[in-house]
Amino acid sequence: MSVAHLVKSFTLWEFVKAHALTLKYFFKPKVTINYPFEKNPLSPRFRGEHALRRYPNGEERCIACKLCEAVCPAQAITIEAEPRDDGSRRTTRYDIDMTKCIFCGFCQEACPVDAIVEGPNFEYATETREELLYDKAKLLANGDKWERAIAANLEADAPYR
Amino acid sequence: MTAFFQSLGMNYEWAWFIATVCGILLIALPLMLAVAMIIYVDRKVWAAINLRRGPNVVGPFGILQSFADGLKVFLQETIIPSAANKGIFILAPIVTFTVALGAWAVIPFDAGVVLADINVGLLYILAISSLSVYGVVMAGWASNSKYPFFSAMRASAQMISYEVSIGFILVCVVLYAGSFNLTEIVMSQKGHGLGIVNGYVFNILLFPMWVMFFISSLAETQRVPFDLTEAESELVAGYQTEYSSMSFALFWLGEYANILLMCSLNTILFFGGWLPPVDWAPLYYVPGIIWFLLKTFFFFFMFSWVMATVPRYRYDQLMRLGWKIFLPISLLFVVLISGWLMFTRYA
Repeated sequence: MSVAHLVKSFTLWEFVKAHALTLKYFFKPKVTINYPFEKNPLSPRFRGEHALRRYPNGEERCIACKLCEAVCPAQAITIEAEPRDDGSRRTTRYDIDMTKCIFCGFCQEACPVDAIVEGPNFEYATETREELLYDKAKLLANGDKWERAIAANLEADAPYR
Repeated sequence: MTAFFQSLGMNYEWAWFIATVCGILLIALPLMLAVAMIIYVDRKVWAAINLRRGPNVVGPFGILQSFADGLKVFLQETIIPSAANKGIFILAPIVTFTVALGAWAVIPFDAGVVLADINVGLLYILAISSLSVYGVVMAGWASNSKYPFFSAMRASAQMISYEVSIGFILVCVVLYAGSFNLTEIVMSQKGHGLGIVNGYVFNILLFPMWVMFFISSLAETQRVPFDLTEAESELVAGYQTEYSSMSFALFWLGEYANILLMCSLNTILFFGGWLPPVDWAPLYYVPGIIWFLLKTFFFFFMFSWVMATVPRYRYDQLMRLGWKIFLPISLLFVVLISGWLMFTRYA
């Protein structure tokens, strides 16, 4: 053990240096986001709560091709379909079990008509489990509610697809 | 206060009894409040050093966070494991908490503001702080579970090793002060450094003793970096693992009351207690208790600061520090200081 080492350990030099450093950090501005009042920016690719979109004339986009159901790795999507009175093929049932969903985004990748998308909303906590079993009405309502944000995000991300 | 109650027409015994009970309440209730606030300060300081904000939702700046936590804990169910030794299991947090409060009886907050001005105050504090290990050992044993048991073993070994060197450090202070009475120890520090500054810490022989006392008090209260009894990564929550609700809260309160006690001991023994830092007349217009609280708070800030800075020691490093470094050095300083006093003061 050298003399320099002895002096260093008996004057607690490393500790003094460490405490000077942490004191500097004590006075630095804090990085915490004050969450409900401040939020982090989201990427246009952010994969949040699902939504079923409509065309501008109000017609629902989904044509019940069931590609999303097939690609879903968590098997969270259940679809049933029948021809409608006017002869077009539409879903009679479109359920997503949000407790199963792993938010991989494969459903929106698979969709040929951009009907099922994962929107920017991530604040949909519920008090019961049942509320997380989304049906078609809930998904269409989400689409109506978030359409502007979803459309803007799709447009922003379009050049990279 | 006894005289006041006597003037209400009581005889001396009753007046003394009621005055003492009032004194106990006057210390214990503000102490509990202080503990709640100090837990909040602890979390805030820790958060600030980690570049976080810390609790800031309950009340202005989150001041009421500790009370919210206390309420939550109070409303929870007390779970007693079926294999536990029930009596001792319940007794353990009570012992920890009572002992943590008991030591405050001899702490002087200002000149003459002390519940029990006994002439062996320092010995009393040593005795009480040695007792506090019993709460931990009882909890660890009665839980009948392996992690609390390991934790209790560690706690007893750790507290005994550090109490030895604390004892020798206190001997150094007592040699200088010439008294075991805490009030007299504080008064003897008046103008100690060159006749200008108050406090033994400004003495070259006693400064290293203060550094060692501070580190030992970290070990004595099981704070980071000596929190081996609660090492989360190894022992879940140490001796508190099986505790819930109020029995857990009592450990929590007792722990922080002990930390505050150690902070105030640092103040009293080395930083001149209620005396202002400099022996200069205008500073004496500030009430002594304000100086006392300011200094104690400063030491608590240092406790939090250390917690946010230093990683936990390994168990063998802890024992090496206690027995192979602190003990010989404190013994050496007892010899040095008594020799120095022999030549200067008593020659």
